Amino acid sequence: MQLTLEFGGGLELLCDSVKIHKVNINFPNESDILTMKDLLSWVRTNLIKERPEMFMKGDTVRPGVLVLVNDCDWELSGQLDTTLEDKDVIVFISTLHGG
Amino acid sequence: MEAKSKKAGASRLCCLCNLRRPVLKRPKTLQQICRECFYEVFEEEIHQVIVQNRLFKSGERVAIGASGGKDSTVLAYVLSELNRRHNYGLDLFLLSIDEGITGYRDDSLETVKRNEVQYGLPLQIVSYKDLYGWTMDDIVKMIGLKNNCTFCGVFRRQALDRGAALLKVDKLVTGHNADDIAETVLLNILRGDIARLSRCTSITTGEDGPIPRCKPFKYTYEKEIIFYTYAYFKKLDYFSTECIYSPNAYRGFAREFIKDLERIRPRAILDIIKSGEDFRIATTTKMPEQGTCERCGYISSQKWCKACVLLEGLNRGLPKMGIGRPRGVNGDHKMETKKPGSVAKSIESKQCGSLDF
Repeated sequence: MQLTLEFGGGLELLCDSVKIHKVNINFPNESDILTMKDLLSWVRTNLIKERPEMFMKGDTVRPGVLVLVNDCDWELSGQLDTTLEDKDVIVFISTLHGG
Repeated sequence: MEAKSKKAGASRLCCLCNLRRPVLKRPKTLQQICRECFYEVFEEEIHQVIVQNRLFKSGERVAIGASGGKDSTVLAYVLSELNRRHNYGLDLFLLSIDEGITGYRDDSLETVKRNEVQYGLPLQIVSYKDLYGWTMDDIVKMIGLKNNCTFCGVFRRQALDRGAALLKVDKLVTGHNADDIAETVLLNILRGDIARLSRCTSITTGEDGPIPRCKPFKYTYEKEIIFYTYAYFKKLDYFSTECIYSPNAYRGFAREFIKDLERIRPRAILDIIKSGEDFRIATTTKMPEQGTCERCGYISSQKWCKACVLLEGLNRGLPKMGIGRPRGVNGDHKMETKKPGSVAKSIESKQCGSLDF
């Protein structure tokens, strides 16, 4: 599945200062859906190069990180349970520093 | 496509217009609202805050403290929009401080310079180098990474006032948002800083001083500022790299705590502000007396203002001067003049000056 991931608000610093990542992700073992929960664990393993605790806390994003799925607040789509589809755009913006 | 809209909650519509698909859950109200209604309520609420608190008078010159970060960038944009839309009659300016931090402030100042052009607001930059003869880079070279935020914070506060004086403005507005203020309430409690606790929730401060400051985003959630930035501009030009000298651990904990609370109950942020507003300081608590610095004339509760003490230390090669509990230098200068029981301000507790109240 092709997804576009965008990191902002300083989170890009955790992944080699690259803001936009076009990625191809396989469905997790024998499942036919990919959820935000799966995506976060994939991102943590494959994209985050340093200080993962700036991005995640437990199995979800750290409080203060805004997540948008196709420009829409992920709190409206079920957060970790949000089901992703091909060509979705997911944005992560940290609010934790800099005003 | 159908599945996509389902994901975004197609079963529900914006609870304000009942027409469009919601894109945001408002932390303040938990309402699910669409993009168009969001822009409208976001701007309208700030307008209401400005009107209800009588933040401005027609004809005033107002400087916007502009760091190049998201809050001040959105503030500059929204304020110039509202000024036009509602005929506030304000002359707006951008005011930036150049602390002299290579790789941080020089980059963020480029953002402000672009904002100057984009919003058509005149920009004034004042630098630590010009005002104090030291850049933060110089200071860190001398004192190392411990306590450097003290210097930066103390110097910034004065620098903003001096910049505002240069621009001959009547007021200074800053982009502090609700999250920042809730965080500061907690910090002031944690530090027992009663003087700051009692004023950190005021929407306008320093009305007795030369240049009052106000915070039009006092009730605006950071989440919405970011959402506004992203939704409206996509590319809204702002700078988001952490200061290279700021470990800022204590404030960082408070910040994270606030965000944890917000996740459980978003209203917590407004409630903490409310608690801060409603604190009453016991009449038996001694508050610092405001006077003026004997050296530079700036407001100070001590003989010398903190900036002068710190600067004296730097220039004499004693950078620890003025750092730590107030038994230090001002005590030396003041000798016996110190009134017994007077509560000295503990400026060393103010870690990072970007959140200066």
